[in-house]
Amino acid sequence: MTGDLSAATGAPRLAGLTVGDQVASRTVHVAREHLVHYAGASGDRNPIHWSDLAAREAGLPDVVVHGMLTMALTASLVADWAGDPAAVREHGVRFTGLVPVDAREGADVELSASVRSIDADSGTVVLDLLARSAGSAVLGRARATVALA
Amino acid sequence: MPVDAERVGTVVAGPVGYDVGREVLRDFARATAVGSTVHPAHVDRAAALDLGHDDVVAPPTFAAVVAQQAEGAFVLDPSSGIDFSRVVHGEQRITHHRPIVAGDALSTTVVLQSARTMAGNEMITLCSSIVDDQGAPVATSTSLLVVRAEPAP
Repeated sequence: MTGDLSAATGAPRLAGLTVGDQVASRTVHVAREHLVHYAGASGDRNPIHWSDLAAREAGLPDVVVHGMLTMALTASLVADWAGDPAAVREHGVRFTGLVPVDAREGADVELSASVRSIDADSGTVVLDLLARSAGSAVLGRARATVALA
Repeated sequence: MPVDAERVGTVVAGPVGYDVGREVLRDFARATAVGSTVHPAHVDRAAALDLGHDDVVAPPTFAAVVAQQAEGAFVLDPSSGIDFSRVVHGEQRITHHRPIVAGDALSTTVVLQSARTMAGNEMITLCSSIVDDQGAPVATSTSLLVVRAEPAP
């Protein structure tokens, strides 16, 4: 059954990967409405993510994206590539930069994932994840361990 | 007031229960898709069953939402010694032992793993263990919270 699905969805296979390969990339446009949605869905209602006043009082350049939303964007990228969200076994990031979101223009977040290492014994691949906005990396040491057939 | 060093290594919150609903997972999946197509396994039960899951599956970072609800019982309690208005999320790590699916009755226990001061900032690491109603491990969430130093008077 798994084999059929894998063939049907074109899910990646461990044997087809090489260290250094970029396996997925995507640019996501984030607007204020996305931050409000994430605030409600996650329960993180810190006003620095939706209130200009709160952001200013906290000394921030603008309203900023929730770090956990940026992490979730990298998780979605990996899950879509793997074909099954449950393939993501481990996921870790450092929050190293802010993503300010202009009220009119929003912000672009550029995401990519590349192969860091392959472990045939455990059937897993470790991906290096990149997230950049306005030319700067916003995550550090971002990696995901993904189980593949 | 820093965190009490004697609490390092001890349970500081929980067990805190979390009942996972289908619509909550769908909404979280839409919130984290941000314009991209939502993976069908998060919203469509038949698609999730096709992949071998018992019901719609949580997006991977949903485990941190469950953990943070439990961590709040410690972090937001004034007796913890944490000024939450000065907290910045420094790092996050999630280990999945199995996917979270709709219908799960989860329980989270939070351990204060470490607390140390660097350049006036307090670095607090919380490790939250999420188990199901049988006590089987579901996910482990590790969060580094940075309590920024008070500005000089």
